[in-house]
Amino acid sequence: MGDVSIFLQHLTNGISLGSLYALIAIGYTMVYGILRLINFAHGDIFMLGVYLTYYGVVYTALPWWLVFLLAPVLTGLIGILLERVAYKPLRGSARITILISAIGASFLLQNLGIVIFGGRPRAFPVPQMLNRVIRLGGVSINIVTFIIPAVTILLLIALTYFTTRTKTGLAMRALSKDYETASLMGIDINKIISITFFMGSFLAAIGGILWGSRYPQLMPLMGSMPGLKSFIAAVVGGIGNITGAVMGGFILGLGEIMLVAFLPRLSGYRDAFAFVLLIIILLVKPSGLMGDKVTEKV
Amino acid sequence: MKRTIGLLLLVLMLAIASSVSAEVIKIGVFEPMTGPNAAGGEMTVEGIELALELKGEVLGNKVEIIVVDNKSDKVEAANAVSRLIEKDKVVAIIGSYGSSLSMAAGDIVNKAQVPTVGCSPTNPLVTLNNPYYFRVCFIDPFQGTVMANYAVNELGAKTAAVIQDVTQDYSVGLSKYFVDAFRELTGDQGSIVEMSSYNTGDQDFTAQLTNVKNKNPDIVFAPGNYGESALLIRQARELGIDVPFLGGDTWEAPEFLSIGGVAVEGAVFSTHFTAEAPVTEESEIFLAAYREKFGREANAFAALGYDAYMLILDVIEKAGSADSQAIRDGLAETTGFVGATGVITLDVNGDAVKSAVINQVDDGKFIYLTTVEPF
Repeated sequence: MGDVSIFLQHLTNGISLGSLYALIAIGYTMVYGILRLINFAHGDIFMLGVYLTYYGVVYTALPWWLVFLLAPVLTGLIGILLERVAYKPLRGSARITILISAIGASFLLQNLGIVIFGGRPRAFPVPQMLNRVIRLGGVSINIVTFIIPAVTILLLIALTYFTTRTKTGLAMRALSKDYETASLMGIDINKIISITFFMGSFLAAIGGILWGSRYPQLMPLMGSMPGLKSFIAAVVGGIGNITGAVMGGFILGLGEIMLVAFLPRLSGYRDAFAFVLLIIILLVKPSGLMGDKVTEKV
Repeated sequence: MKRTIGLLLLVLMLAIASSVSAEVIKIGVFEPMTGPNAAGGEMTVEGIELALELKGEVLGNKVEIIVVDNKSDKVEAANAVSRLIEKDKVVAIIGSYGSSLSMAAGDIVNKAQVPTVGCSPTNPLVTLNNPYYFRVCFIDPFQGTVMANYAVNELGAKTAAVIQDVTQDYSVGLSKYFVDAFRELTGDQGSIVEMSSYNTGDQDFTAQLTNVKNKNPDIVFAPGNYGESALLIRQARELGIDVPFLGGDTWEAPEFLSIGGVAVEGAVFSTHFTAEAPVTEESEIFLAAYREKFGREANAFAALGYDAYMLILDVIEKAGSADSQAIRDGLAETTGFVGATGVITLDVNGDAVKSAVINQVDDGKFIYLTTVEPF
């Protein structure tokens, strides 16, 4: 292996990991952008999405591609339910209250996962079609590695279109500026919030399915680390900003891989890298790379 | 008249016996039932429960086991043994799968003077300088040498790469002993061409593996949790690394096969026992009972759990007392105890000196290759 192909291999690995973070970060950032709520249960919704897919593929006769579509829809509905139960009753209370409720929801989902799915890991049923390896020169690329960035970019474009060009998207943006005025303008707040949660959870499940295809080990606590990393990605990119989330994801993924690749002695600190990045961003540019400038009105 | 007196006496004796047997002997078990080591803990507990079913009474008293989940977490492991000692007042403890988890409990059982028998923690530090910690398995200096021998003598390896999990004392210790033995056997200090590390819970190993591929070793030694190891080997095969992967006893879990899929075919690892090569009469009894209860073949961890329980009961029986101190003293003198995994004699540190089994993954199953006697 030449030096160039090694670097290209590291680059491919980094892009693959980064686009996974990006995909999960989009859902995080969407919910935040509209509700100003950090949905800490996002990582656990991601976990539910993967498990639903697992049960769908293993225990039903449905073809895998149908399950890959149905499971995110079901996860989206669970997202709506979560909002109704854990966040809606607290709407209008202090932001810290809702944040604590989100942390509670996260623990609840994790422990429900342990009770229902069991503590032992399960193997994600990766479809044969996604389990192929392509070799280009000295570089080996799993087909999933191509699919993940493609899906991420596609969803990014679709979401940008949705939020800027459609009526619902407009309503979402209105809501993110001002609840009361938005509802006075005839926007059904409950409906829009439900749609937001549906989409956020749907995206988490898509991220989960691709994560499972790449790292086919399922555990009830599997959502917490990717959840945290994606949260960091969202903050780095500027929380609330969808393009920023994707950028943040790529920065984080590439950074982690390059850290382990070129400073192998520090490989035990790869998780620390993400948190150090978070601290630096919060110190230097708290609004994130793509974030809006927050101006205090007097 | 005589008969009525006899009957009365019998009833009286039974009444006394039952009032005595109302005293229950409590044995605590702390094992990982959730988290990255869950499969290992569950397999071990299966063996302990089977042993309890076969032998649920000692000195006329009922035995009760209290299982506490240590969640594969060092802090939880310390909490678990504290709970067993303070709340449940157990006389002895069994556990835990995972050397780091056992070491986290070591100080507590030592201070509380509650004898503890590890089933499969193989790091030497678990029992070292701890008069209350014992184990029924071999230790890593032996296991590491066994695998280095296999790599050099059977596979003809001249160079090796090592990938270790830096958060597991098991993985770090075993890697060190492997490296020492491999260097000595090849007579070449430079024979370990790459040494990289990861953390428990990592899912992506492509960066480490790309570096390993670049060094082109003859074999890769990668002891670690079954889940992480299976993902690691999967990613290695995707990257085009096609040399043999070697590991330790933690690989013996059904999850290693299901998560690893075709990628782990041919992987070789050392373990404590295999259903394919029973070693004692007790092995046969254990295997038959296991088959009847669970409807499948037993694994090494169930066998070690079974042995740990049976050893404690044997010691209580011989000492004629279920007092913690008496159990500790009895355990320290264990010689020639016939268990399912072999004949157990504990040395000065409280470690068993036993043979190792080498297994290989073949056609989605573990198959038995050979047995290596202790040197």
